[in-house]
Amino acid sequence: MQKITYSIEHRRFLNVQKRRTVVIRLLQAAVLVAFLGLWQILADAEVIDSFIASSPAKIWQTFADLCRGDLWRHVLTTLYETVLSFVLSFAIGTTIAVLLWFSDTVRRVAEPYLVVINALPKIALGPIIIIWVGAGIKAIVAMAILISVVITTINTLTGFISVSAEKMLLMRTLHANKWQTLWKLVFPANLPTVMACLKISVGMSWVGTIMGEYLVSKAGLGYLIVYGGQVFNLSLVMCATVVLCVLAALMYVLVALLEKVVNRCIGL
Amino acid sequence: MGQLDLVEVSHTYHSKRGETLALKDINLQVNEGQFFGIVGPSGSGKTTLLSIMAGVLVPSKGRVLLNGAPVQAGKVGYMLQRDQLFEWRTIWRNVLLGLEIAKNKTPDSVAHAEELLRKYGLWEFRSRYPGELSGGMRQRAALIRTLVLKPQIVLLDEPFSALDFQTRISVAEDVHAIIKNEGLTAVLVTHDISEAISLCDRIAVVTARPATIKSIFEVSIDGNSLERRENPQYAAMFKRIWKELDVYAEDNVFNRTPSVS
Repeated sequence: MQKITYSIEHRRFLNVQKRRTVVIRLLQAAVLVAFLGLWQILADAEVIDSFIASSPAKIWQTFADLCRGDLWRHVLTTLYETVLSFVLSFAIGTTIAVLLWFSDTVRRVAEPYLVVINALPKIALGPIIIIWVGAGIKAIVAMAILISVVITTINTLTGFISVSAEKMLLMRTLHANKWQTLWKLVFPANLPTVMACLKISVGMSWVGTIMGEYLVSKAGLGYLIVYGGQVFNLSLVMCATVVLCVLAALMYVLVALLEKVVNRCIGL
Repeated sequence: MGQLDLVEVSHTYHSKRGETLALKDINLQVNEGQFFGIVGPSGSGKTTLLSIMAGVLVPSKGRVLLNGAPVQAGKVGYMLQRDQLFEWRTIWRNVLLGLEIAKNKTPDSVAHAEELLRKYGLWEFRSRYPGELSGGMRQRAALIRTLVLKPQIVLLDEPFSALDFQTRISVAEDVHAIIKNEGLTAVLVTHDISEAISLCDRIAVVTARPATIKSIFEVSIDGNSLERRENPQYAAMFKRIWKELDVYAEDNVFNRTPSVS
């Protein structure tokens, strides 16, 4: 690759941009440090009750204790449930979307039901799920799937239907059948939609898993949070929440990376 | 009987709001090797006519015959407004799309695709994506995607309308040359009179909806599209078709004939 030499003005512009980015990163870190520092100082000075509000030092202590204990079991349980429900809801949602895309009649019949199911707060189905599939991981995964599958279906289907009419006409002039249209046009044209949908789905799977764990669980981060609340161990609640934050962010970043890779592969 | 015949073709669109008669009693004969133009006002059902010729749409009444028989898959190529190349496929894979769909990706047909790309200057760009090519090259790639299927006749639905004026003239010349070179019959639909005269051997003028054939002109000007545009007869031809088309006659206060572009 050849080296491009910019004008002095442009280099000055680039420098200003770079400096701005550095300043913003520093400010972002400063906000966190200030928040934690203030929290610790106020807790040490007993301005705030550390029994109720905990403190960064206490949370760190809890975290260290948990690491020596069974934090990993809880993390792995929650991760397992989330990833499983994420993958399943993606598979189920896409399959339903394909079926609805295939038949206009089925789609029109299903429409009001989809709308109602989408509007329903899925947590209301908790008791039914527990009775049907039993308490335990199955119920948690079922809850998480319910929460993210409807939105996956609706988003994917919307993407499928909004493929341009002219491209559909092109496929017809080439005498493509419905399967060929699906594989060669509708799927690839919707890869960006699907990837965007996955990002929403990740968040939904976390919501579903934690909600499920609130309802029925013997392990997991949701379990730790509920348990901590019941025994008034706020440090445990906050520690589990922070771990949850980090995991959810990591998973989101992974999917965002996947999106970038896929988009590059299809030349966007 | 010509290569492509339309016999008493009428078409009605039905929707909840009512029915629209788009085409009425169309009789057309397109002969082998001819570059046939259909000129009409916008929204006059020209695209409907092409869809019927392509066998994509079944007319409410009448028959379409290709060499005296009903139209079969793959015999008629169709080039749409805008190239409709798939952004996620390379030029090479775009060109092979039709073969994949027809399940006809044989060594012979692939070699034919390669030959076409080489002949028309796109071989070096085969692994590029459509977004990296100019409008003219994209349109050429779209034409090759059609030609790969070895059609007997190519239908062109305002394929240059999305291009800017400069590009349009050179791309039209390109497409014209390729079609003539391959010895194909072509039907071009356009609302641009000058484009029709510069490309076609025969021009049918259709009326506003419901479209009927108003008159048919023989273009007696020779040469490629650029030479035709410079021919003195070109302006006369333009005026005759313009009058026949009668587009603005009713609402134009001056009722004048415009200067030739």
